[in-house]
Amino acid sequence: MGRTKVFGLLVACGLLAGCLGQTQSGDQARNADAKEITLTIVANAAVGGKNARGANWIQNWVIPRFTEVQKAKGVTATIKFEQNGTGDEDFKTKVALDLKTGGGGDIIEIDGIWLGEFAQAGQIKPLDEVVGDTGWDGWNQIPEAVQGLGEFDGKRYGVPMGTDGRVLFYNRKLFAQAGLPADWQPKSWQDVLDAGAKLKSLQGVTPIQLNAGSAMGEATTMQGVLPALAGTGRPVYENGKWQGDSAQVKDVLALYRKIYGGGLGDPVLQQEANGRQRSFTLFSENKIGVLLESDYFWRSVVEPKNGVAAMADRDAAVGWALVPAREPKAGVGGQDFVSMSGGGVRVINPNTQYPRQAWEFMQFLNSAEAVKESLAGTAQLTQRQDVNDQVLGGDPMLSFIAEKVLPITRYRPGLADYPKVSAALQQATADVVSGESPDDVARAYREALVKAVGEQNVG
Amino acid sequence: MDSSGLGVRRAVGFVAPALLLIGIFLVFPALWTLYIGITNYQLTGAAAANPQVVGLDNLVEAVRDPLFTNSVWLTALFVLFSAVIGQNVLGFLLAWLLRSVSPWLRRTTEGLVLLSWILPSTVVAFLWFAVLSRDTGTLGLLLGQPETSWLVQYPMTSLIVFNIWRGTAFSMLLYTSSLAAVPPSQLETARLVGASGWQTVRDVVFPHIRGHVLTNTLLISLWTANDFTPFLLTSGGPNHQSEVLPVLIYRQALEGGQLGYASAMSMLLLVGNLAIALVYLRLLRRRA
Repeated sequence: MGRTKVFGLLVACGLLAGCLGQTQSGDQARNADAKEITLTIVANAAVGGKNARGANWIQNWVIPRFTEVQKAKGVTATIKFEQNGTGDEDFKTKVALDLKTGGGGDIIEIDGIWLGEFAQAGQIKPLDEVVGDTGWDGWNQIPEAVQGLGEFDGKRYGVPMGTDGRVLFYNRKLFAQAGLPADWQPKSWQDVLDAGAKLKSLQGVTPIQLNAGSAMGEATTMQGVLPALAGTGRPVYENGKWQGDSAQVKDVLALYRKIYGGGLGDPVLQQEANGRQRSFTLFSENKIGVLLESDYFWRSVVEPKNGVAAMADRDAAVGWALVPAREPKAGVGGQDFVSMSGGGVRVINPNTQYPRQAWEFMQFLNSAEAVKESLAGTAQLTQRQDVNDQVLGGDPMLSFIAEKVLPITRYRPGLADYPKVSAALQQATADVVSGESPDDVARAYREALVKAVGEQNVG
Repeated sequence: MDSSGLGVRRAVGFVAPALLLIGIFLVFPALWTLYIGITNYQLTGAAAANPQVVGLDNLVEAVRDPLFTNSVWLTALFVLFSAVIGQNVLGFLLAWLLRSVSPWLRRTTEGLVLLSWILPSTVVAFLWFAVLSRDTGTLGLLLGQPETSWLVQYPMTSLIVFNIWRGTAFSMLLYTSSLAAVPPSQLETARLVGASGWQTVRDVVFPHIRGHVLTNTLLISLWTANDFTPFLLTSGGPNHQSEVLPVLIYRQALEGGQLGYASAMSMLLLVGNLAIALVYLRLLRRRA
């Protein structure tokens, strides 16, 4: 018995010493000449479920085509597609655990904003360290701002998958019933609240959906707090400091208070475990008047054929408007209107068995032909300028994003601390929605922020 | 001394495989948790690559963290109402009342109670969602209050009712078998002297099953304190109102990425479990 105990302790100590914070590196040309390769692509997309179009594309176009291309070169390629259909936060946890334990797919689709944390943890590495030479004619087609989504600390980690923009979507049918204009463009927060007050008279309709609370995760920050904060003229991160309990943060919390304390929004929905998905369903059932979302909502949620909350009459029923600043000229850079943008990035797992082939696969995924095919006849702001020039003209909403929203938009600070700040902002909105006063909440937010990023980094 | 006649060497050989498994799956993870608990280890970010030892900081922070104290309080409520009172009393009542009914009714009832115990948690969670959700939830429709979102507006009450439903089977089974040990002659005597039902339970039955009550309460308290099913129903929400300790630890570790901090909290949960176990063992020994 004594011996076993000693052995157990030895095992424990050995593992303790080796496991925390392990790093790995390898030869970039390993297996470059292999005749049989296996590559796995991981995405938060599932055939018949979340991001179905992207999943269909990988399954039915990418995999057969790339296998063919490899076959022509005498290589037997087995491409696997690991599908997921879960909340973004859960997907991130899964990817982090995969990478941490030395596993995971060869190519992984992640949200650009996670790049900093993964990079600092050494879970992903600069692209040239992983695959060697990253020369590719496709880089010329990707605009600088979009390439930035795949960079951290001045180094390139992955290839972006396009970008997006946030607007206010509204239900034209409900607007008509409430006596509001069919072509609506609010000029200030008050305009939005006034429209909400009119919508309130409709039976069974929630006037405004502005995401709040921790249950919605990053959707609260990106489709709620950050566009509102941009509308107060001060971005969340400025001159090396995160915004604390400033007048601007209090303004934003007061806006939440007006919406959720004044019967213009549904506080319970914000706290439900599947609140965001439910808000989509309610919008598609003509039960929500105004909803702040990215063009993802138009492309994948209310999209008539494959949307997760399809609206057969989307083109006639769904209107969109720029997000107004608090008052005209009050937004960041003195703007009248504001927006926020983000986008996905594909990265290559540093632990891949076939770095060169993974890079080849990556180029294939980002070729003009593949990107165009991925749209399946619809429009989207892809990473490639040449593809955008061809496809955006056909869709009034996406053209609007490209022409009106991208020139005024802002990106999130790509810092590893960002997710902690985001979580603190989500908690602050949750507290306001559950009835606490904006001043108390702002103070608690500042304390949480100091704890998360340190006193010296809070402005 | 060596009653089996194996000799020390062979005896060790027989128990070694078991001890090895215990070492790998029980002792090592526990030590590992202790170790991570004194670092600032994280899931992602710089502290994931180079964790630093921070000593007892995590424990101090946890004790001061309002989320942690909130969670301890909720866990105590959860254990007290759903296990110590709910499952115990309901399990005993079922066992007591089912003695005297016809066999088919007894078997049907026992079967249904057991079913709620053996179904997989995820399946059960979906069923309860269907019952408690807003607009189309069964409970809301039955009560004529379809706009009530039970899991959001009454999260702890929902969890407690859920856990009583879920776990009563164990108490029922244990009490059923322990009641069989009460001598029928004593029950008969009690009946003849005109004791009421409650008097019989208190003065005749309880002294016989006291040990079983303690064992049962110990087991279900520990299980409930460590139960993760609440996560499937409410994820700790809304706004931390149903965040019992296992849920808090999971959320801190995997959603917040604070592996070190969460490990320190698990250690505190472990200490809590040990304290509960010691109290019960004391009571058991005093009885003996």
